[in-house]
Amino acid sequence: MTKEFEPRIVGILCNWCSYAGADLAGISRIKYPPNVRIVRVMCSGRVDPSFVLKAFAEGADGVLVSGCHPVDCHYIEGNYKMWARKVMLETMLQQLGIEPERFRLTWVSANEGELFKQYVTEMVDAVKKLGPFQKPVNWMTELLEHERSLGTAVQEIAAGGGVGE
Amino acid sequence: MSDKKLKLGLYWAAGCGGCDVAVLDIDEKILDVAEVADIHFWPIAMDFKYKDVAAMDDGFLDVCFLNGAIRNSENKEVAELLRAKSKVLVALGTCACYGGVIGLANFCTREEILETAFKKTVSTDNPEGIIPQPVSEVDGCELHIPEVYEAVYKLDDFVNVDYYLPGCPPRAELIAKAIDAIVAGQLPEPGSVLLPAKTVCDECKREKKDRHVDEFKRPWELIPDEEKCLLDQGLVCMGPATRAGCGAACTNVNMPCRGCYGPAEGVIDQGAKAMSAVAVTAVSTNLAEMEKVISQVKDPAGTFYMYGLPNSLLRGRQMKEAK
Amino acid sequence: MKRISIDPITRLEGHGKIEIFLNDDGSVENAFLQIPELRGFEKFCEGRLAEEMPRITPSICGVCPEAHHLAATKALDAVFHVDPPGPAKKLRELFYAAQFVHSHIAHFYALAAADFVVGPDAEPSVRNILGVVQKVGVEKGAEVIKHRSYAQKIQAMIGGTATRPVCGLPGGMSKALKEEERAEIEQMATSTVEFAKFTQKLFADVVLANQEYVDLILSDIYADKTYYMGLVDENNKVNFYDGKIRVVGPDGKEFVKFEAKDYLDHVSEHVEKWTYLKFPFLKNVGWKGFVDGPESGIYRVAPLARLNAAEGMATPLAQAEYEKFYSTLGGKPVHATLAQHWARVIEMLYAAELMLQLAKDPEITDPNVRALPTETPTEGVGVVEAPRGTLYHHYQTDEDGVITSANLIVGTTNNHAGICMSVKKAAQGLIKKGQLNDKLLNMVEMAFRAYDPCFGCATHSLPGQMPLEVNIYDSNGELQACLKR
Ligand code: SF4
Ligand code: SF4
Ligand code: SF4
Ligand code: FES
Repeated sequence: MTKEFEPRIVGILCNWCSYAGADLAGISRIKYPPNVRIVRVMCSGRVDPSFVLKAFAEGADGVLVSGCHPVDCHYIEGNYKMWARKVMLETMLQQLGIEPERFRLTWVSANEGELFKQYVTEMVDAVKKLGPFQKPVNWMTELLEHERSLGTAVQEIAAGGGVGE
Repeated sequence: MSDKKLKLGLYWAAGCGGCDVAVLDIDEKILDVAEVADIHFWPIAMDFKYKDVAAMDDGFLDVCFLNGAIRNSENKEVAELLRAKSKVLVALGTCACYGGVIGLANFCTREEILETAFKKTVSTDNPEGIIPQPVSEVDGCELHIPEVYEAVYKLDDFVNVDYYLPGCPPRAELIAKAIDAIVAGQLPEPGSVLLPAKTVCDECKREKKDRHVDEFKRPWELIPDEEKCLLDQGLVCMGPATRAGCGAACTNVNMPCRGCYGPAEGVIDQGAKAMSAVAVTAVSTNLAEMEKVISQVKDPAGTFYMYGLPNSLLRGRQMKEAK
Repeated sequence: MKRISIDPITRLEGHGKIEIFLNDDGSVENAFLQIPELRGFEKFCEGRLAEEMPRITPSICGVCPEAHHLAATKALDAVFHVDPPGPAKKLRELFYAAQFVHSHIAHFYALAAADFVVGPDAEPSVRNILGVVQKVGVEKGAEVIKHRSYAQKIQAMIGGTATRPVCGLPGGMSKALKEEERAEIEQMATSTVEFAKFTQKLFADVVLANQEYVDLILSDIYADKTYYMGLVDENNKVNFYDGKIRVVGPDGKEFVKFEAKDYLDHVSEHVEKWTYLKFPFLKNVGWKGFVDGPESGIYRVAPLARLNAAEGMATPLAQAEYEKFYSTLGGKPVHATLAQHWARVIEMLYAAELMLQLAKDPEITDPNVRALPTETPTEGVGVVEAPRGTLYHHYQTDEDGVITSANLIVGTTNNHAGICMSVKKAAQGLIKKGQLNDKLLNMVEMAFRAYDPCFGCATHSLPGQMPLEVNIYDSNGELQACLKR
């Protein structure tokens, strides 16, 4: 579509590994697309699926969740929990009309700055191809239109007009 | 105030009538209500006209209970009118509070709904492909039917709601209790749900123990143990994410909860919450195995949002450009 | 446009609207019953899990949710190729008989009785349930409330809650009945049979003993000679829960008898652009417009149709009433639309007797109420008699039991064409030279009310009035009168 489109990706990263990994990428001056707005959480297991939905509802074009590799979670099974949610969330997102490329769960450790870059780049490219996340058929616009077309009716009812017996 | 009777109104928008039946199910109690309150507006029970309502002063009704979702312009207009005429507006029932079962329509477009209902259904014989129209003419007579909205909305998408009394339908006792509280002037903060801040699990008598499953089962696949938590037995149950009030009516008869009382206190998105609670019961360090188990849950969106899709963060399926 | 402000109520979901158009000399040119409701269940059930249908579809109607619950459950038995054990079937029937008691009590006392007990030309202010209570006495009024709530209670015991039952599963019921529950139900059922007997007597005393009413019932303006459809058991007796669908012609002779799964060979639905409700008709006769007679495929359902389509009732007291019904009204079939009320009262008695019979059945507390499906789900049709007529649920699924297509023909829809005809005929018979008054309009409405139609379906709860509007237009399309219920 357009070369100008720069997707907004929300990155929800675990403090202990992926956030550190992203940090490393930064320190090491690894260049990666600037499209990711990072939110730090203590553990990927802390990521409620509603965070992901909320990001989309507020206009994110993609959501990247990243945590420690299996076995490395500081809270033992936080990342497994997130994986469990991810599996179900993927189906749910697809049912809600959101393309699979827009949501991803990855494992990035503190010393994997390159890997972080790779995931971000892949995601940005994929989302660029898809274009901006389509907001719902504009629900409220629909209502405003109806209001305009029926405006007289509203007024007449409110005015108690009419010839009913 | 004490010598004056409370002025009540009741109305339904896009609902099934079950909420009105629930109001009537308070049986003799309705006579007590009549002692302390005058019902000024209740279409199923009384003859009324909009102009009577329109003629009321703003804030004339002390309390108005509105049930049903908003599905067409008419629903919305009346909701707005009643909002203006009522000091306190209570959303009664899950349709009004969260969209209800008919909110599942937000998985589809209006066009898809019309096409299916009038062309695709197997018993329809419609060679000319007629779709009902808002205005039509037959033998010189002009006829009107309302146009439905593209989506189903909850009441507070349009008007300010003071209190929520969810349930599909809310139990008659809960309605009676709410009326008592109103009469006694003991209402909580505006914006509250008039139900305890507990979950269905708190009310459910089943023994919760082993929050881990190796397999999800569909309700028809197993005869569950009558004492144990259904979720622990691998049945998808929304009790953990759902507000209490029903007395765990479904789990009492061995059926899992589908969330009809809406999100529990503090839950932003009931479906996401329930989904999360269910998914983590299958946690295992064998990722492949876990994926297999979790993918046994078909139709998660339809199940977890059965009663509240219009209340979810995304409100429905994200459609491409309308048309 | 002025018109919008005169009929705001008509655009509500769940409301019926009758539009009557007069011609130049003030007689009825045309009448339409419009349904403004569209919810789209058929579409949004696609993609849902089949077993959720008995929980989702009751939201179609809060007045007869049990009918949808059971039609859906029976469709699932077929989808999953599983036959519920005997005790489960009995439990479903018991549950369902209670639904009929609840529904028929509510309709008869809250809506219909006012026309007869108080009188069709009484003041509107007393032509309601309160007027009825005044006539029959407050004590009897309390009995009405009590027995309706018994029926609700029985449904809740078996189904979880009365308005949203969840007990039905492919292959059976979610919970068996306990002995304490059974004993309580037996008590309530015993009392309900007495109450239903009282109701027969009330009907006989007030309606049948009054020649004027009998004439009114038999009057030509309230008669439509259509086909009739209803479920019957193996002896051709009325059955609400199961059996074959029997259709008799306007001459009362069997036209066809078919199994639920074959309904598409016999029933089609016609679409008009001015209403969201379709018009079912008999496929093998054809849609000929809004006319009666053997050439027209219009059929009717609900109490009168069920009695016409059957050869009797399966319980003794109801059977005796059945015989009296036909001997009083001049033999089978009865085309008099207003006889619906009597038929409904007879069905109430049958439902009460059935409830008692089942409550005493030793098998009813048998814990064997589930058979687990073992076959791959495919497709199935479930049919029950809803209080307002034959109800069809038809689902197709993929191999995971996810719905791929759903088709629903609900009770009132089957009667849509019949109601349109009856209303037009009554209006033509009653409205002359543009003369209108409340009594005439009520008498037009009686044609409609006899069907106990349910559009939404908040129509018929205590103290109950129909959310219906009748508009009458003159030949210039100007509104002449507007009647709201
Ligand atoms: S909340 Fe439930 S009972 Fe109430 S109107 Fe909605 S569907 Fe009907
Ligand atoms: S998950 Fe369901 S069955 Fe388990 S305790 Fe909660 S409500 Fe009861
Ligand atoms: S258990 Fe759940 S679905 Fe059942 S009535 Fe209670 S809240 Fe509703
Ligand atoms: S009452 Fe059954 S169709 Fe609505």
